[in-house]
Amino acid sequence: MLRYIMLRGCLAILVAFTVSLAAFLLLNVASDPAQAIAGEDATAEVVETIRARYGLDRPLPVRYLDWLGGVVQGDFGESYYWHKPVASLVADRVDETLTLAFSALAVTILIAIPLGALAALNPNSWIDRFALGVAVSAQAIPNFWLGLLMIIFFAVTIPIFPVSGDSTWRHFVLPAFVLGSSSVPAVMRLTRTGLIEVMGADYIRTARSKGFRGWQLLRRHALRNAILPVISVLAVQLGQKFGGSVITESIFAINGLGRLALESILGADIPTVQMLIFVFAIVFVAMNLLADILNAAIDPRIRIG
Amino acid sequence: MTDSDITLAAVELDQTTLLTPGQIFRQRMFGHKGFLIGATLILIIAIVALLAPVLAPHSPFEQSLADRMLPPVWSEGGTWDYLLGTDQNGRDYLSRLIYGTRVSITIGLGAATVGLLIGVTLGVIAGYFGGWADHSISFLLTAQLALPGLLLAMALVFIIGPSIWVVIGIVGVLHWTYYLVVTRAATQRIRSLDFVAAAAAAGASPRQIIWHEILPNLMSSIIVIFTFELGIAILAESSLSFLGVGIQPPTPSWGLMIAEGKQAMFYRPWLVILPGICLFLLVIGANLMGDGLRDITSPEGRNE
Amino acid sequence: MTALLDINHLNITLRSPNGPLRVVRDLTLELNRGEALGIVGESGSGKSMTALALMRLLPRSAEYQATSMAYDGVQLPDLEDAQFYRSIAGPRIGMIFQEPMTSLNPVYTIGRQMTEASVARGLMSAAAAHKKAVTLLDRVGIPDPEDRMSQYPHQMSGGQRQRVMIAMTLMLDPDLLIADEPTTALDVTVQAQILDLLDDLRRERQMGLILISHDLAVVAQRTDRVAVMFAGELVEQGTAQQVLYAPQHDYTRKLLAAVPRLDGTPGRPAPATPRVEDVIVARDVSRIYTARKGLFGPKRDIKALDGVSLSVKRGETLALIGESGSGKSTLARILLGLDHATSGEIDLIGRPIDQIPPTERAAFVQPVFQDPYTSLNPRRRLSEIISRPLMLRGERDSATNLAAVKEMMERVRLPIRLLHAYPSQLSGGQRQRVAIARALVTRPKALICDEPTSALDVSVQAQILDLLDELRDQMNLTTLLITHDMAVVHQTADRVAVMRNGRIVEEGTASAVLSHPTNDYTARLLEAAPRFETV
Repeated sequence: MLRYIMLRGCLAILVAFTVSLAAFLLLNVASDPAQAIAGEDATAEVVETIRARYGLDRPLPVRYLDWLGGVVQGDFGESYYWHKPVASLVADRVDETLTLAFSALAVTILIAIPLGALAALNPNSWIDRFALGVAVSAQAIPNFWLGLLMIIFFAVTIPIFPVSGDSTWRHFVLPAFVLGSSSVPAVMRLTRTGLIEVMGADYIRTARSKGFRGWQLLRRHALRNAILPVISVLAVQLGQKFGGSVITESIFAINGLGRLALESILGADIPTVQMLIFVFAIVFVAMNLLADILNAAIDPRIRIG
Repeated sequence: MTDSDITLAAVELDQTTLLTPGQIFRQRMFGHKGFLIGATLILIIAIVALLAPVLAPHSPFEQSLADRMLPPVWSEGGTWDYLLGTDQNGRDYLSRLIYGTRVSITIGLGAATVGLLIGVTLGVIAGYFGGWADHSISFLLTAQLALPGLLLAMALVFIIGPSIWVVIGIVGVLHWTYYLVVTRAATQRIRSLDFVAAAAAAGASPRQIIWHEILPNLMSSIIVIFTFELGIAILAESSLSFLGVGIQPPTPSWGLMIAEGKQAMFYRPWLVILPGICLFLLVIGANLMGDGLRDITSPEGRNE
Repeated sequence: MTALLDINHLNITLRSPNGPLRVVRDLTLELNRGEALGIVGESGSGKSMTALALMRLLPRSAEYQATSMAYDGVQLPDLEDAQFYRSIAGPRIGMIFQEPMTSLNPVYTIGRQMTEASVARGLMSAAAAHKKAVTLLDRVGIPDPEDRMSQYPHQMSGGQRQRVMIAMTLMLDPDLLIADEPTTALDVTVQAQILDLLDDLRRERQMGLILISHDLAVVAQRTDRVAVMFAGELVEQGTAQQVLYAPQHDYTRKLLAAVPRLDGTPGRPAPATPRVEDVIVARDVSRIYTARKGLFGPKRDIKALDGVSLSVKRGETLALIGESGSGKSTLARILLGLDHATSGEIDLIGRPIDQIPPTERAAFVQPVFQDPYTSLNPRRRLSEIISRPLMLRGERDSATNLAAVKEMMERVRLPIRLLHAYPSQLSGGQRQRVAIARALVTRPKALICDEPTSALDVSVQAQILDLLDELRDQMNLTTLLITHDMAVVHQTADRVAVMRNGRIVEEGTASAVLSHPTNDYTARLLEAAPRFETV
């Protein structure tokens, strides 16, 4: 068990650094940061001065190692746009995004899992069809459009929730719903197929032949097996919530990391974009590691090889 | 026939009247409501895209400052001349929506194809050869999944400079994981089946086995994923365009139209609602088709 | 005294896309207390459906009606679900299934799964249930039962899991035990032990036993009465003696005729001229797999083959017999060029196998595999499948290829009208004929048949064995026949090699090895093989 977790942990670290390298290369090869800082109309001399000042004239590997060395000490460089340390920019805004991501995940769980389970237990019933309809529609609705519809609806027709800003919990209700709904199809479908598969397993037949039925059968024999794949998909979805916050935060004017990301991209602020990509990747990797550990704790086939 | 053949004849005869895979496919296809609805939607939108110049009543670019922000014909102040009204530059909204199908479909098809080529190639290699090839590709998959796709796409499109081809390339390059996961698992399964061993024993090379034995059996799952990815890519393009880092004005892209309509959405809501409905119909059509194809091609139909 | 079980006119209907399917028709059965009833039939005969209906385990798409289905005087269909599950399923009727590997829940301990039914019913305290479970595990032959209680299913072998299943059903002391193909997934020696155990337990506890199997021999040895089912109908019922030795129904007679026998002189008669030419020669062949647990786990060597030497002469059939994991399939894969030996030499007609190009090797030796459902590419027509080896050899003339395909289809007795059919349109037996046609289209010298009939029903098995026999004589084929079934060896082999743990433990002519085995293990295998003696 401990060995398994350590292996997974090493792999996670390796992934995190690969991702940082990929992001660094993509951003720095595809663009000329010096030009970006100086602006479109800057003269060649100005660009060269900036290049020298920010150390952008050094070869890529050196710059990557320099950046990585800083990262290990918690220094992600200075923002070209805000002229502040990137780490402090991110720290200032991380709370809003955490609140948004976790409340969105809560929305996903509350809608998707009960719906998926009900559909699985009554295949081809009206509830199954309803659940399928919800999944297919939620998958097809552009997230930003859903957000705008909510704003139009709640600002004009029924103004019970505020549609802009992040000062109270009520501000997070609509954004969390919009962001959470995007994960409903995946989680619901997996809950449904997972539970259907488990209910058709041979060991469920065994349990029924011992006289278990209904809720007892579900609780004693099905849930633990069915929950395994759901844990993994929830981890993936939570990781994606951070990336998805770009759209939601910009629509609902929440001052979190997503909005910071959009602003820094439009401002060609490479250090900030780089750190955000790295932070989001770390969150994703950490969530998956957590899911692996949870799965190992639940499933003896992983725990005791 | 030997004596014992006779009893079996009844049973075997029964089974030889079964349909060919193609016949079963057609039979199931016409019995699947979701698939039929999805396919019809896609077909209609594809026809609109092809015939855009014929169908559009106006040019999608022609501005008429006198006729800015006219409402649709059914609202007060609407005219038959501009069926769905006009936008903030006085361009005919219906014509822009019609031309918008071209952008969405081109990017959807293009990006889903780029993803297919990357994902299926990697998936078949990982599944067939196993070992270190598999380990490396699986690592690549984990790394790709960890990258925040939308954020990276925004940054790259912004840096490289937005055009339809850049959007297709970047959205495609970031959407191959679904193909990989499915084809890798399927290839592993098929590779262990006896007909692959029989081909190898008959002297087939890995390349011949992959093309002749494995890929034909992957086709149905690849087509299913392609339809889903079509929808995903269309949504990704619209998100990028909405955020201002995708298709640039004045090209009519639905995501961009929603962004442009956003400023006026409280008193001119149709500017936001109409392109959204178009997106929704196109993507739901693709998804219904994908769901339907999965049901139709899976051996036991929908799993119950 | 009323019968323990009394079923009258049971009908089971399965809803299918092509309309309702009657899988059991007018079945009438009776079982007395302490009696053992065997239900025999081929796949699709409805034998399992009957048991599932009794236990309310039928799939959602199935329905049943019966004029009477009484258990100990109680009409089962009249019971509410709650009552049925509380008082019948478990405490009165226990059931064990075919797949021991998946029939236990992988995420719970053996102890929990054994005790939960009695504890949940409030029949016993947890401590008492634990004690009883340990006793029962001991009774069914699980070593260290106390330790096993805290283990998980994946830490046990298939045979052990089936023993656990049996002990688990006994926790509630049922009066009737239904065993649905309880040993089909197990090796022969394990199968014999499990069947003996079931037999002993039933006598000890005066339990009724319903033993469902496709294997007449298995059923005949352990039951008082036998019922034979065919296509949903009960065609014959009587004492085991009656059914086996004086069958009334045509189908039973054919089924009996098709079963490979272990009586008479074993093996085929010796040829007029002795066989001299070596077609396949293996010298001291070993195959070591290096397995890792996970990506960075510790390396472990597994010796699949350990110094195997054998030779097969032109025109002869060598049977390679052994249980799962003995290495016989690994050897076959190496001979077919699908795998490589770690050490040792293999010659095909005097040439080292590594020096023969793949397509040329294909003209020497071809395979027939076990499972006809996976050995044909489902996306190709029969014409393409059978001609594929020719195409791979570079023979691209479609007219001559088509002629070759048609000739082969005739030889294996496949109707030519199936030329453009897909495998999914064929029955299991027909598919195996296609596999044979594909193997022979290149006119190979040798065939390697890996369990060619063990996935088929008995009557189909007989036809395929006959066909292989006939082709062997016509085409002067050398055959390496891999099997776990002593009766098949008995019927078709010239010589036998017995494998265990990657080694050949005994080799000789079929008549010598089967009549006077010199090795203990061979003797055990022979002893365990199900058989019915002629009177």
